[in-house]
Amino acid sequence: MNDLLNLLIGLAMGLNLVALGTSRLPSLIRIAALQGMVLGIMPLVMEHELRVMLLAVAVATVSMKGLVIPALLRRAMRTANIDRDLDPLIGFLPSLLLGAAGMIGAVVLARRLPLRPEHHESLLVAGALASVLAGLLLLIGRSKAISQVCGYLILENGIYLFGLLLIHSTPLLVEGGILLDLTVAVFVIGIIVDRIQRAFDSLDTRKLTVLRE
Amino acid sequence: MNSIIAFPARLAVWLLLAPLLPGIINKVKAWVAGRRGPPVLQLYYDLARLWRKGVVVSTLASPGFIAGPAVAWVAVLAAALLLPLGPLGASLSFRGDVILLLYLLALARFCTAWAALETGSAFEGMGAAREVSFAVLAEAAVVTAVLTLSLQSRSVSLSAMLVPAAGSGTLLLAVGLFTVLLAENCRVPFDDPNTHLELTMIHEVMVLDHSGPPLAAVLHGAAMKLLLFSVLLVQAVLPVGKLPPAAGAGALVAGVLVVTVAVGLVESLMARVAFRRVPLLLTTAFLLCVFALLIAWKGGAA
Repeated sequence: MNDLLNLLIGLAMGLNLVALGTSRLPSLIRIAALQGMVLGIMPLVMEHELRVMLLAVAVATVSMKGLVIPALLRRAMRTANIDRDLDPLIGFLPSLLLGAAGMIGAVVLARRLPLRPEHHESLLVAGALASVLAGLLLLIGRSKAISQVCGYLILENGIYLFGLLLIHSTPLLVEGGILLDLTVAVFVIGIIVDRIQRAFDSLDTRKLTVLRE
Repeated sequence: MNSIIAFPARLAVWLLLAPLLPGIINKVKAWVAGRRGPPVLQLYYDLARLWRKGVVVSTLASPGFIAGPAVAWVAVLAAALLLPLGPLGASLSFRGDVILLLYLLALARFCTAWAALETGSAFEGMGAAREVSFAVLAEAAVVTAVLTLSLQSRSVSLSAMLVPAAGSGTLLLAVGLFTVLLAENCRVPFDDPNTHLELTMIHEVMVLDHSGPPLAAVLHGAAMKLLLFSVLLVQAVLPVGKLPPAAGAGALVAGVLVVTVAVGLVESLMARVAFRRVPLLLTTAFLLCVFALLIAWKGGAA
């Protein structure tokens, strides 16, 4: 049970690094979607008995993060008609190395934290910290709006991993609410991307700093 | 095993079977592309033909032009003889032989690059510069992989350390070593062995001016290096040494075949990456080996 969970978290951590190393926008979207799906099935692995509510949340997470949000992002990418190469502010190699260093740091830090005994063997905290770091790196280090959204999604995946620690005490309704918020946020960002594209003829967010009358 | 029989047997495996691997790779590529392809023994014919031919030496070149490939070939063969061959074992085994193996491979690379610089051709200098700069990253990955293996087995001798540990670390190590194998042997995501455009070549451009027997030594050395890395990869992943001799030999041969076919498939299905992406790919291999090392370290402490 725990081994399978750790394997899934390891997979998600590996996907973080792939996301930091990739240079194409469609593959970045695909990686964020895959990571969302991997996280979506985790509650099923963690719980011992299957409940209808749990199954519903898992199905909703997988379909939202794996299908709906990527479809929204792809549509935004298509309508904005942008160059699909990412334009990194932090190069791919430095961001990959930073991500790996962050991942090792997260594992070390998670071992030092005073966790509850049942969480000592799992990689949940380490995976959450590593995903948050990778998401932050993507947010800071990529200049295009859609790639920053992918960074935001990966960051949210990290927070979701943290939330899994509390799966026994938080109502799953909360998870459902967060999922809905996330989808709406991506939906709104899709519209904003379109507006940025119309106003500036580019999705480079650096241009937003020169806004004036 | 009787050492009088075993030594010629090992020598025969390395010398005679190595040219098979490029033939198998080319056959796989032809099969995927729907062609008939060259015969599997093509490299043997090429080597025999090259051996009978004369040598053209540039007036600029010093004797290093001939000595380079020869020393490189001997170094690769010596490195190969240090590597245990499943039930046959290694010819020579001592504490720290793995470090000698790494240095012999580095010596072979140095000699190839040196011979390439001898002609004073701009293209060969470019190839040598590329080969050496990518080697820095590939070697970091190999050294990390070797550290992982020696940490798992608490030994620095090749015959004792090629014992794989079960678990996710081995998988990481396998993927990392396979990427290094592709880079070190100039296979597709890093270099295209079939390319004839000097600007995109790495390894091939270094041997453009070689001819006759020195070129045969270069080609045969490259084939041996491919076999060496395949054997290393298989033994780092499969517990070949622990099986009974017949099963061990079978597992080794099957493993090497799988690696070779995988190289052929990668070569058919992937395009060569752009030069500026190569360091990223090699760093990925290095990171995979680093994570394998961390898992070995953490597992050893727990």
